Amino acid sequence: MKVLVIIEHDNETVKQSSFSTITAAKEISDSVEAIVLGQGLDSVINELKKSDHLKKIYKIDNELFKNPLAENLSNAIQKFAEGSDYTHILSPSSTFGKNMSPKLSALMDVQQISDITKIISDDTFERPIYAGNAIAKVKSSDQIKVITVRSTCFEPCALNSSVDVESLTVNLDKNNSVSFVSYDKSKSDRPELTSAKIVISGGRGMQNGENFRLLEGIADKLGAAMGASRAAVDAGFVPNDWQVGQTGKIVAPDLYIAVGISGAIQHIAGIKDSKFIACINKDEEAPIFNFSDYGLVGDLFELLPKLEEKL
Amino acid sequence: MKALVCVKRVIDYNVRIRVKSDKSGVETDNVKMSMNPFDEIAVEEAVRMKEKSQIQEIVILSIGTDKSQETIRSGLAMGGDRGILVKTDKEQLEPLTVGKIIKAVSDREKPDLIILGKQAIDDDCNQTGQIVATLLEIPQATFASELKKNDDNTLEVTREVDGGLETVKVNIPCVVTTDLRLNEPRYASLPNIMKAKQKKIDVLEIGSFGVDIKDRLQVLEVNEPPERKPGIKVDDVEALVNKLKNEAKVL
Repeated sequence: MKVLVIIEHDNETVKQSSFSTITAAKEISDSVEAIVLGQGLDSVINELKKSDHLKKIYKIDNELFKNPLAENLSNAIQKFAEGSDYTHILSPSSTFGKNMSPKLSALMDVQQISDITKIISDDTFERPIYAGNAIAKVKSSDQIKVITVRSTCFEPCALNSSVDVESLTVNLDKNNSVSFVSYDKSKSDRPELTSAKIVISGGRGMQNGENFRLLEGIADKLGAAMGASRAAVDAGFVPNDWQVGQTGKIVAPDLYIAVGISGAIQHIAGIKDSKFIACINKDEEAPIFNFSDYGLVGDLFELLPKLEEKL
Repeated sequence: MKALVCVKRVIDYNVRIRVKSDKSGVETDNVKMSMNPFDEIAVEEAVRMKEKSQIQEIVILSIGTDKSQETIRSGLAMGGDRGILVKTDKEQLEPLTVGKIIKAVSDREKPDLIILGKQAIDDDCNQTGQIVATLLEIPQATFASELKKNDDNTLEVTREVDGGLETVKVNIPCVVTTDLRLNEPRYASLPNIMKAKQKKIDVLEIGSFGVDIKDRLQVLEVNEPPERKPGIKVDDVEALVNKLKNEAKVL
């Protein structure tokens, strides 16, 4: 068995999710290799080559891969993998992997296994369905397994090695049907909702958008990302992309703080993999208390300023 | 322009999911079913483009059992023109199979835009749109939060990616998968629901496509997620901070 890991990066640094994917690969086989496609990859390679568990790194440095267009990436990786004996091809289940990996699977005519959270054996995996409300154990009968890995379920690999790097060239025609226009990095100084260690979210109990300021001060002190329940988003308190839940973002931070959130099923589905959940709610019967490690009953307008002060 | 909108019938997002006691799947008997919320956003976007005269015809496609006709009808009530049901008795099909069927339907229908949800909230695969684009060898713009049609027969699509927004330009025909921020789907009005009953739905047998529908991924079992251990209520802010610092060690 031989595993290929597709590395996600931004031509400067390697995304942490790539290191987690290497750990997942190592659980499948001792023979793990990685491929990096991009432009101007020196710093990426310098970082990546320290990864434990990698036997080899292939790099394709070409302007075609300056921006991660799925069409170019999937075609190049398919061509590369075709001539070798990989049994598994793993990508992080980030928007990068989700965009690109199913294309790779379609080119290879295999059924991708999305978002695995556990490796049972080389062909059997666990993956959450219904936003984590159920866990499916699935067995693949495909010759080559194309997989995306939920990175929060695997620790990033250690960086104590020095891995061989081989440069490859690629024969690929430029795809003229799609072009990159721009990338606007979120301006917030806060961490990303889906990768933050701490997330603080507000719900309908916040009463209006202005009151989310009460959470901001706490988020600043904790270096936390800010989120919201669907009720708060539907009420127009905060933008849609703050929504945490089954139809919003799925988060799994070390600490999730739910403020003025009753705990609707669809919200719980998006937070249940958090290590610790704390909540503040004035209704002590609210379902959120059943899912919280620490619950505080009371008026959030009174409690939030106190909390900010104590941190 | 002609749009093909692909919709899936799933358990309503507000229903509490129950795993069957024999671990074979989740309970779907007597459970409210609805259109996958992301697909609803896809229908809405196509209808808005039609209202702006950017699209002339909207075809709503679903692949599933006879009951998926209801899902197609709700798409027609929102503004779709006609429907296609590719009928199967199989309760679940894999994305690769679904992708091949959509490709086959597209070969007949020749849509300029294929638009569908980025994922279904049942199997959470997030694959179908990407597979369709690959099989049809046309460009894709996944996780769309904004869609603009240019005069030169291209679409400019803003995509929700980790850490920000990416904009790509894709030639038509193309595949777009929708994310939450793209729009807020309308509720169908009663007159439109009545009108939708008159709209045509073609029913095609899945066998007529010559696609192998055998599963490559066997579901061995479906389990409840690990339960969270019961928590405690704390008395005040001091106690909360203390627990988070010293017991949970997350601060």
